[in-house]
Amino acid sequence: MSATTSNNLTVKGKHSDWRRVLSPTGNTGDAIFRVVMLAMGLFVVAVVIAMVVALASDSMLSVRRFGFAFLTGRQWNPIKGEFGALPFIYGTLVSSLIALLISVPLSLGIAVFLVEQAPHYIARPVGFLVELLAAIPSVVYGLWGIFVLAPFLRVHVEPPLAHWLGWLPLFQGSITGIGLLTGGIILAIMVTPIISAIVRDVLAAVSGSQREAALALGATKWEMIRVVLVNGAPGIAGAVILGLGRALGETMAVTMVIGNRPQISASLFEPSYTIASAIANEFTEATENLYLSALVELGLILFLVTFIVNGIARLLVWNVTRKTGGVGRAA
Amino acid sequence: MPTLRHVDRMRRITSGVMTTTTALCTLLAVGILLVILSYIAWQGIGSLSFRFLIDSPRPVGEGGGIGNAILGSVVLLGLSSAFGLPLGISVGIFLAEVGTGRLVGLVRFIVDTLTGIPSIVTGVFIYAVLVLPMKQFSAFAGGVALALIMIPIVARTTEEMLKLVPHSLREGALALGAPQWRVTLGVVLPAAASGIATGAMLAIARVSGETAPLLFTAFGSRFFSHYLDQPIASLTVQIYNYAISPYDEWHAQAWAATLVLMTLILGINIIVRFLTRKRF
Repeated sequence: MSATTSNNLTVKGKHSDWRRVLSPTGNTGDAIFRVVMLAMGLFVVAVVIAMVVALASDSMLSVRRFGFAFLTGRQWNPIKGEFGALPFIYGTLVSSLIALLISVPLSLGIAVFLVEQAPHYIARPVGFLVELLAAIPSVVYGLWGIFVLAPFLRVHVEPPLAHWLGWLPLFQGSITGIGLLTGGIILAIMVTPIISAIVRDVLAAVSGSQREAALALGATKWEMIRVVLVNGAPGIAGAVILGLGRALGETMAVTMVIGNRPQISASLFEPSYTIASAIANEFTEATENLYLSALVELGLILFLVTFIVNGIARLLVWNVTRKTGGVGRAA
Repeated sequence: MPTLRHVDRMRRITSGVMTTTTALCTLLAVGILLVILSYIAWQGIGSLSFRFLIDSPRPVGEGGGIGNAILGSVVLLGLSSAFGLPLGISVGIFLAEVGTGRLVGLVRFIVDTLTGIPSIVTGVFIYAVLVLPMKQFSAFAGGVALALIMIPIVARTTEEMLKLVPHSLREGALALGAPQWRVTLGVVLPAAASGIATGAMLAIARVSGETAPLLFTAFGSRFFSHYLDQPIASLTVQIYNYAISPYDEWHAQAWAATLVLMTLILGINIIVRFLTRKRF
């Protein structure tokens, strides 16, 4: 860190104390510089604190009125003044779960292929193309979801699912192409580049001697890859949780294909609603204080959940990639 | 009873099947990307014209364009860059050069988690602290919301780039008697400038696709506007509004606007990739 800054360069001795406290060199310019940069660093912390305070104070009306019943209430009826968030929580969790079920195996496959199998001249351009999936904006995924993916699922995917697996409550109900399944699949496409990018870093951080040891013992390529995956397991878990955090808060694409109906239905074909899409759709319509407050409380829930989920993920990923060192720095 | 040779063959077959599966996973992801991009190009090119790029929206059946949305996006990106880039770079300097001990760890952790906060929540926050007090949706509020999304991205890339600058450079400058602020701003920062610039471009590409934080900050508008205290249009919000409308003509315009947006975003990404191909 700034240990490299001139700790040993303290020469002049007559500066007043405040400069010395702020900068080891006692240089006035340094003192000002360090204070300004420190203020910038603290500004970010302050923004996050301000977010919590603003969201909490603006949702107080709803929190006081409903308490914990807000989380368990099944009715969302702004006209009657009933606000229960359970349908949104259900829609958010189920769509994210579908996204992870699809994207985790897919991302692992991509990362393994790019790190362990593909030669350099293929891995780089192909890796870039996969990363480009993350550059496509949410609203563009939504547009594509409405006009391409949803009709495709309605015609080619949902009828066979209903036919063969229709005995499961998951695949019953009317087939419209707009609903939980479509939302989950769009989310899966969106989080795949994120999860696979981190898993790539994690796999690359696994020491080469692990691979050599496995191969020297006569392991096949796949058996060696399994050794590498086991070694990177905590980091992979972190990547998955990071993907979960992203899926939970994704807004536009999901809003455009999930149907936006606050209901809890076992069927994946039925329309649903997520926390983020409820905020996006209803915020500008909310004219009553209680309605607005309930929507802000949804925002607060989303903030806290994603904050915790991301925190856990960062700790897991850090622990794995830190061992081999990020970019050269001893401190 | 399976012989040793039999087991061995099964192991090889498993290995072959699994390694092929991983290649297929990659192929699927790349295939989806190509399908999406080519569909945008195919759908978008039809409605694209010079008039479309400079006209403002008109009622259904009368054509109209996205000129106001392009102007609005430029204003919003300019505003967010003006706030977000200096702040983000300063935070990066703090993380890499100035801060010490636990405080750096805390700030880095906060910056990382800020990256993961859903952009819709940022929108709600800005609504609460800017739109409500000003009693007005405004370009200013939209710009600040986008800046908040930029700051953590810029801060982290700046930090990484500053860390790549060799220590000998700092030590050399310090040995010549330069104070720390001159070393950082005059020697280390210029050495990392190109990396920071590419990071900044990626951050701009990222926020140019944001919709959710603009819905109730910049709000959107059907007219040309450059006033910072008034609602302003943006490409993304316009695409959203047209996409969920019931009119085929507006759907076609949404695809054309998407083509414009994607050209910008992919352009930036490919340029950055080209510029950094040696470093990574």
